[in-house]
Amino acid sequence: MTSMQAQRRPDKEKLRWMYSQMVLIRTFEERVQQDYMSGKLVGAIHVYVGEEAVAVGVCGQLRKDDYVTSTHRGHGHCIAKGLDLRRMMAELYGKVDGQCRGKGGSMHLCDLERGMLGANGIVSAGLPLACGAALSANLRHTDQVAVAFLGDGASNAGAFHESLNLAAVLKLPVVFVLENNGYADATHIRYAARVTNLADRAAGYGIPGVTVDGMDVLAVHEAAGEAVARARSMRTPTLLECKTYRYYGHYVGDAGQYRSKEEVEAYRQKDCISQLEQRLLQEGILSEGTRREYREQATEAVEDAVRFAQNSPIPGPEVGLEDVYVRY
Amino acid sequence: MTEKERTLTYRQAINEGLRLAMREDPTVILIGEDQAGGAGCDPGLRDAWGGPFGVTKGLIGEFGPERVIDTPISEMAFIGAAVGAAMTGLRPVTDLMYISFVGVCLEQILNQAAKARYMSGGRVSVPVTIRTTTGAGMGVGAQHSDSIYSLFVHIPGLKVVAPTTPYDAKGLLLAAVRDDDPVIFVENKMLYNTRGPVPEGDYSIPLGKADVRRQGVDVTMVAISRMVLVALEAASALEKEGCSAEVIDARSLSPLDTETILASVKKTGRLIVVDEDYPQCGMASEIAAEVSSRAFRYLKQPVQRITPPHAHVPFSPVLEQCYLPDARRIVECAQGLMTKTAT
Repeated sequence: MTSMQAQRRPDKEKLRWMYSQMVLIRTFEERVQQDYMSGKLVGAIHVYVGEEAVAVGVCGQLRKDDYVTSTHRGHGHCIAKGLDLRRMMAELYGKVDGQCRGKGGSMHLCDLERGMLGANGIVSAGLPLACGAALSANLRHTDQVAVAFLGDGASNAGAFHESLNLAAVLKLPVVFVLENNGYADATHIRYAARVTNLADRAAGYGIPGVTVDGMDVLAVHEAAGEAVARARSMRTPTLLECKTYRYYGHYVGDAGQYRSKEEVEAYRQKDCISQLEQRLLQEGILSEGTRREYREQATEAVEDAVRFAQNSPIPGPEVGLEDVYVRY
Repeated sequence: MTEKERTLTYRQAINEGLRLAMREDPTVILIGEDQAGGAGCDPGLRDAWGGPFGVTKGLIGEFGPERVIDTPISEMAFIGAAVGAAMTGLRPVTDLMYISFVGVCLEQILNQAAKARYMSGGRVSVPVTIRTTTGAGMGVGAQHSDSIYSLFVHIPGLKVVAPTTPYDAKGLLLAAVRDDDPVIFVENKMLYNTRGPVPEGDYSIPLGKADVRRQGVDVTMVAISRMVLVALEAASALEKEGCSAEVIDARSLSPLDTETILASVKKTGRLIVVDEDYPQCGMASEIAAEVSSRAFRYLKQPVQRITPPHAHVPFSPVLEQCYLPDARRIVECAQGLMTKTAT
């Protein structure tokens, strides 16, 4: 129990890490949005602005060798899991130094060395993969866990239901982190489901289901700590629903006509970074000086990543034909 | 060659291949529905089925439930889990009970298994083997009788093998499990009880190599899976009429051994492709196109495709037999090619 209690009360260092990570994700995403709108980036990009507390609160409970499967809105998970910012940005730019040599893009960022099995362009597809990673950990007798991030939309897909049941039946150390931001593309979850708390669905599979305020990184961190501990020590999966919000549209460029300015503003008032910042300032864990320092560090790290990406070469045509098979 | 050749059924040969693969490598697991069978029932029934067709029978006894994993009926989840396990250090062998069931889990094969290596820039491997069954002839209707392996051949990133003999089944199974790419391993249900020589111990057959099952000079027959047996039957009948047919068992559909096929056609000048899959956009069309574009000047006659019609497999046994290509059709086709003047 001592280790679980320690996880519930993050120390100053962990709190500062959470703050700096959330700021870094926000800064990265704002820059991505800006570069997309000015035509430097192309394709389908989904930014994580507003939801930072979920990725950071959860990944703050993970080890480097724990596994994560991500979603189409995956940059935040990648950063919180420790992926290299330069190579992430180079991937978004489609450059040869990108995480995937420019062949994956925003929706397919991955880095096995950091346990990131991949962002995913298919809603709900990461859940079975996370089950498999957890199965692999069980068979190799490690105590690694797997986290599957998913959205509220994915919780209506078949793979969600099959995966929760499979994880329960096979005793897989998985935490299903449901980022309920209220919208599947442009459709509200009120329309698409008849339960208020999507975590209630866990009961149907005989596993714990927990709902937390996803705008409160400490609440996420605490609940994730319990879920990760259950997975690691008892091989019990958990469905952890984090109620959150995305400040921008579904994809960069989506005007979001399906929701009101007032609604967006109300969530911005509860901003996860501001909340933590105020608390840390009050508690003296952050000073006005260190606050500015973290923000400047984030800006510089993102600038550096953009410079790296812009200077990286475009992949040669031969790269497009490589990696279809190991050999054929 | 050996003093007394041991024979096994096709079913036993695959079972032995799995057993050897699992003994050799502790990361090889079986995961799917009823791989043991009887899970959750009386413990004495733990190996009640040993796979829906008895192919994995007895393996749980040697390797235990940790490595022979029964799952709920959740192809999306367990084939996806096999892919995720393959990404993270295991070599799972999973089981899509009938190829017709692919509709419920194609996502995990098309978008995850097949694309992971490519989309990661070569940093992720998916060494998964997906066993599946094909074939009409059992009277089980259209949803349990497809042979739609061409669907997988169509997809970059997947390899596809379809062994005909027990010998090839064991050797290709071992090669498939050891391969670092996802391999679809196609078993025709009608072959399970066929018997043939299978050496004990370890051997593997490289993916991408066809087998010339019978030498001939007048006409080349390229056949797939059970249709190889039908083609061989036709070749024997033709021999009595003085027509010498060469029969090639494609064995590996992706990669396809085009060189062996082309070499044969250059010798015979005539090609019949025999396939149990649907005709449109299938292997027969693919092989016909390759040969037509790469060996056109050697062809004495147009390439012929013998397949079922573009229709579903009927239930009624009489209709089902009419549906399937048989030796008579192949013989008549070959006779036509031998007598007609070149077009």
